[in-house]
Amino acid sequence: MKLTALVPQRSLWDTVLPNLVMLGSAIAAFLGIIFLLFVLAERSPNKIQNILKYVVFLAPAAVLLLIGLIYPAIRTLIYSFMNDDSSKFIGFENYVWAFTIPEIRIVLRNTLIWTILVPVLATGTGLAIAYMTDRMKRAAVIKSLIFMPMAISFVGAGIIWRFVYTYEANLKRPEIGLLSSIWRAMEWEPRNWLLEAPLNTLLLIVVMVWIQTGFAMVVLSAAMKNIPDEIIEASLLDGTSNWRRFTKITIPMIRATIVVVLTTITIGTLKVFDIVRTMTGGNFKTNVIANEMYSQSFRQMNYGTGSALAIILFIAIIPIIIYNVRQLRLERTER
Amino acid sequence: MTIINSKRAKNAFSSPIASAAAVVIAILWTIPTFGLLVSSIRPEKSINTSGWWTFFTNPEVSLENYEKVLFQGTLIQPPMVQYFFNSLAITLPAVVFPITLAVFAAYALAWFDFKGRDFIFFTIFALQVVPLQLTLIPLLQLFAKGLSINGITIIPDLGITGTYIPIWIAHTIFGLPLAIFLLHNFLRQIPRELIEAAKVDGAGWFIMFRALILPLSIPAIASFAIFQFLWVWNDLLVGLTFGAGSKEVAPMTVRLAEMVGTRGGGWEVLTAGAFVSTVVPLIVFFALQRYFVRGLLAGSVKG
Repeated sequence: MKLTALVPQRSLWDTVLPNLVMLGSAIAAFLGIIFLLFVLAERSPNKIQNILKYVVFLAPAAVLLLIGLIYPAIRTLIYSFMNDDSSKFIGFENYVWAFTIPEIRIVLRNTLIWTILVPVLATGTGLAIAYMTDRMKRAAVIKSLIFMPMAISFVGAGIIWRFVYTYEANLKRPEIGLLSSIWRAMEWEPRNWLLEAPLNTLLLIVVMVWIQTGFAMVVLSAAMKNIPDEIIEASLLDGTSNWRRFTKITIPMIRATIVVVLTTITIGTLKVFDIVRTMTGGNFKTNVIANEMYSQSFRQMNYGTGSALAIILFIAIIPIIIYNVRQLRLERTER
Repeated sequence: MTIINSKRAKNAFSSPIASAAAVVIAILWTIPTFGLLVSSIRPEKSINTSGWWTFFTNPEVSLENYEKVLFQGTLIQPPMVQYFFNSLAITLPAVVFPITLAVFAAYALAWFDFKGRDFIFFTIFALQVVPLQLTLIPLLQLFAKGLSINGITIIPDLGITGTYIPIWIAHTIFGLPLAIFLLHNFLRQIPRELIEAAKVDGAGWFIMFRALILPLSIPAIASFAIFQFLWVWNDLLVGLTFGAGSKEVAPMTVRLAEMVGTRGGGWEVLTAGAFVSTVVPLIVFFALQRYFVRGLLAGSVKG
């Protein structure tokens, strides 16, 4: 393991320069082509411009989405009915596999627990903090600190929390993990946090809640700011209690935003695999669909089961898509 | 509303208990990150034998961990600084490409009149939530083998596997739906009179974009740029799969995840490494928080 530093190193410049060249030339080439297109298009007659405008403005994005999202999604659907190397159709076998193999059933169960707990806890906590800091002076620092985890990668967050959960089996050695250390100070029985199911899944969920609470708080507190002061005034004159004002005025008035926050976090939670991967590698009964999909596809090299898991993930999201599209339709007709 | 009234409204919630609770939560939320930062500047021996909080009674500062994780590497295992620049080389184009294409598409969807416009818009809106996982395998095959249907080659094998190109394209594709949606909402708010006036002045669609639309949409572009920057910089899945396992192009997150897997105990390099990968997004975040929040709200606040 201590091979480091003995082998002669390339200089820093050798590693940096190719990257900077790649980066610069890619951006320059891209913007250069667009510049040329504009120069040409602006000088062409109106009739041609009317066709060119679709080619330049709409086509690139449309083609990319067609080839990069829609086509692959259909392909994945087909693969989910095929065997591991996609050489023959095997019907629903991959789906039967997903719902009958005990290990995968645990994966599905965990994903369900994640998608229920994370949105509810993160939105609930975010809502509480938003309400507590609403119209409060100097709340900016508090909000920034709670919002900060949003800027940290899931991998980084995984490492941060692994450190919190570190466990030392030898009682003679000091605990270096914060949680274990508090636990030991209380003289409670030591626990190896990330190994104990189902506790470990809850501890991983804490990480996602930690990240998403800031998002919920920021969005909900902006919505609360939109509640007219007059309404709050009136409730103050009536002598309404804080709790009643929260449940009878604040929540009903920002209901639509709460739903958006809940659905956004739900979707984010369904897709996240980095936390589980970094903290337990999906072992000790903590696995979720997004991570198992990766393992099936790229470790077991079974495209059939991997695709089936991706489709299951997608099916879980479909109701949200339908709901969102409906909402957008409503808003548009209102306009 | 009088000043006295709005003052009362301001004070309505600032009960001391609520304020205290908010402060406590903020501290709780910060402690894990703070612990990581403190650990990363402690000597290796101290990190592994005592809790980071003992730093305050026994402060020992050492930058050795950073030196080790950033610059010490081998020919087969490059040091973190290489991955840092990989991340940079991935992120900047992966921000510029999708935003440019998204402004274009948003402009077309907001102001061109054509059949099927609403259908395309709703499709893109729905695509926002399609999980990456759904597209991974076919998209990877596309990059590796090209695309042919019934023996007709539509896209040839471009031999780009193991370069940045698949990573850039993948990030561009995955970033487009949200970017188009947000920018479209923004561009639609431009008054119709302004567009009509430009037309009367004889501006074609291209001049109009360059002279009117683009300058007006700079704030929206900035908001989304921060969004996309954080998303790409922090991404693991795309880097892992579309980087094809090549260390030459792998971002920092991939290296970090690898470090966790191979030596769970080495907290001195893990803490320093995690902080190195976090410092850029944190700077971007704190410096440009206002724009970031604006972008976030554009997508989600409902009256």
